[in-house]
Amino acid sequence: MSPVVQVSGLSKHFGSVRAVEDASFSLEQNKITGLLGRNGAGKSTLMNLLTGQEFATRGDIKVFGASPVENASVLRNICFIKESQRYPEDFYVKHVFKSAPWFFENWDAEFAEQLIDEFRLPTARRIKKLSRGQLSAVGIIVGLASRAPLTFFDEPYLGLDAVARQLFYDRLLEDYSEHPRTVVLSTHLIDEVSMLLEHVLLIDDGRIVIDEDAETLRNTATTVVGTRSAVEAFVAGREILHRDGIGGLASVTIGGLDDSERAAASAAGLELTPVSLQQLIIRKTGTTTREFEQSA
Amino acid sequence: MEEGRPIFVQLAEQIENDILSGALPEETQVPSTNEFAAFHRINPATAGKGVNLLVDAGILYKKRGIGMFVATGSRDRIVRQRRERFEIDYVQPLLVEATKLGLTHDEVAALIRTTTMEGSTS
Repeated sequence: MSPVVQVSGLSKHFGSVRAVEDASFSLEQNKITGLLGRNGAGKSTLMNLLTGQEFATRGDIKVFGASPVENASVLRNICFIKESQRYPEDFYVKHVFKSAPWFFENWDAEFAEQLIDEFRLPTARRIKKLSRGQLSAVGIIVGLASRAPLTFFDEPYLGLDAVARQLFYDRLLEDYSEHPRTVVLSTHLIDEVSMLLEHVLLIDDGRIVIDEDAETLRNTATTVVGTRSAVEAFVAGREILHRDGIGGLASVTIGGLDDSERAAASAAGLELTPVSLQQLIIRKTGTTTREFEQSA
Repeated sequence: MEEGRPIFVQLAEQIENDILSGALPEETQVPSTNEFAAFHRINPATAGKGVNLLVDAGILYKKRGIGMFVATGSRDRIVRQRRERFEIDYVQPLLVEATKLGLTHDEVAALIRTTTMEGSTS
């Protein structure tokens, strides 16, 4: 499959802040990619660059084979749902859905109606009067019903309750199955979305640190738990992602194991526990679980 | 589906379980990739990967323009493969735990003989 987005050596500096630093990656067509990373890691800056809303300091961006900056033929194929979308003063909710077809040629008004109903969005209300969650729902509906060949969702769920978030994930999957398109989902809630993702980009401190198939990532780490001496003997000589322990017990996260290594571990009385995508990413970005959850 | 193990492997195992239990008899059609994706809330490409794993293993086969079907003889094949793995997957962990508790192999064997499975007639 040909890549929809191709980036090489991309950097964006704001004064002395290196928001994005020497990023090179591509996004393949019709995949759902998770853009993951901590607050301030550079996720939004990267999406602003890909959608032509910021100028790169250095490097090259090709979206649908061309630079996105002020390029109408590229931009009309992109839908970018921003975390804090601004609407014209005095806009009512219904105005958003009335004007959306002007920008998105694949707009499905019937699907939008269905989503408005399901998210219980009051269309006769001023945008200014919406709650944070309702405002997020407006963005999600635009993002889904626009069916743009390349859709970005930047933290689209702020203020949404668990029911509405699940609704978003379900409708995204269903509609994506019927109308495959390239989707980039930037999120903190990795556990909630990890199974929706086909590909993962992890950005840390402006740099791309993981660019990998989601299923491959799931196999890349295991936590070994047992008595300190047994664990240390087993993990000796391996790359260690994380080390934890209490009293005589140790818990060490290492790379993935094959069947015979697993058998050896259990014969040594060690317990193996799987590492979720979220835990793996916490390990890779060098923060503790608590810090990460607080930032979510 | 649980985190930490490849989802497509888990999906393949679940389809195999359904074939073993008879929920998916041989020569019946299995749900589509998109149906699996929606039901398990997983990426359709991942679901497709799970289904393809079973196609490659000869468990499922494709009827052009219709969908995926359970191959004849696949149940026996799954039984054979699972029996080969039974020692590693079930017996070894059982003996590891038994050893921790100071139970001998004979005591474990005796337990197996006297334990009746719930709902079983033997």
